[in-house]
Amino acid sequence: MIPLQLAALLMVGLAGTTVVLMRDPLRMTILNAVYALTLTILFLVFQAPDVALSMLVVGGIAYPIVLLAAIARVRSGGDE
Amino acid sequence: MNRRARIAVFAVAAAGLAALLVASVVDLPAFGHYQGAYGNQLNREAVAERHTTNVVTATVFDYRGFDTLGEEFILFAAVVGVTLLLRRHKDSEDHQEVLRKADDDRVRSDAIRIVGLLAMPALFLLGLWLVAFGLVTPGGGFQGGVLLAGSLFVVFLAAGFRPYAHLTPAHWADSAEGSGAAAFTLLGLGPLLAGAAYLHNFLGSGVRGTLESGGSMTLLNWATAVEVTAAMVLLFSEFLESYVLPSVRPLQ
Repeated sequence: MIPLQLAALLMVGLAGTTVVLMRDPLRMTILNAVYALTLTILFLVFQAPDVALSMLVVGGIAYPIVLLAAIARVRSGGDE
Repeated sequence: MNRRARIAVFAVAAAGLAALLVASVVDLPAFGHYQGAYGNQLNREAVAERHTTNVVTATVFDYRGFDTLGEEFILFAAVVGVTLLLRRHKDSEDHQEVLRKADDDRVRSDAIRIVGLLAMPALFLLGLWLVAFGLVTPGGGFQGGVLLAGSLFVVFLAAGFRPYAHLTPAHWADSAEGSGAAAFTLLGLGPLLAGAAYLHNFLGSGVRGTLESGGSMTLLNWATAVEVTAAMVLLFSEFLESYVLPSVRPLQ
């Protein structure tokens, strides 16, 4: 394992832990997007650029948008 | 169940999980020693056989094309489900209310509008590039499609809901999503009717390393891009309507 790969793995572990420890859903969504970014870097470092691109668009665009809209809806009282 | 009992149950489960994890990690192949024969074989042969320099896309649209058909329909079914649950009728009072509230919510900051105006076409172009060169370099219909939809979402971020809704009319997104999924299916079934194998590449392999490579995989790639873009746009639209007007029940 080269140092770059080790650093990428450690970053994923660190970012993943912060997502779990954060209790506020809004901040958690942002941290989760950062976590997705570290995974993107991990896949890139391990020479899987296609997977990295998929991770980037899903974790950076699609998933946070859906989560944020859902959080906004729940916070404003939902179906009442 | 009191706290002590819960912790006792958790301790047993955690010990079991830890044992299984350790057992599986010990049995992993050594780091860097990939053992999948199929992957190595594809890496050796795909470029010569299919003339696509991106082996991943050749795997997705050719060697494992049937799996991708299933994935297309997983996405299709998921988005149809979201639409059924969340969509308000376009002439309904709710929908008019969404548009009225959206006007109050529009973006007024010049800085955000200008950054959005600059970012949107750049992201759109990058999305098209990812799709177009999916068979040559990393990327493809799925990644490019999500990015294309994301670039349209920038319109919401930088301008507001009404311009976004204006740019992505629901009837266009609906038919694009269906057409993309249908095109993928027909490109697979067409060769069957002509007596060839399912997803048979009827356009030949083309020239290696150019946009002409991959033959009918190019069509599958663009069909996927259309479906994914439309699916994401629909998903964003339905969730955004719920964001703009959260207090009304979508199903009446």
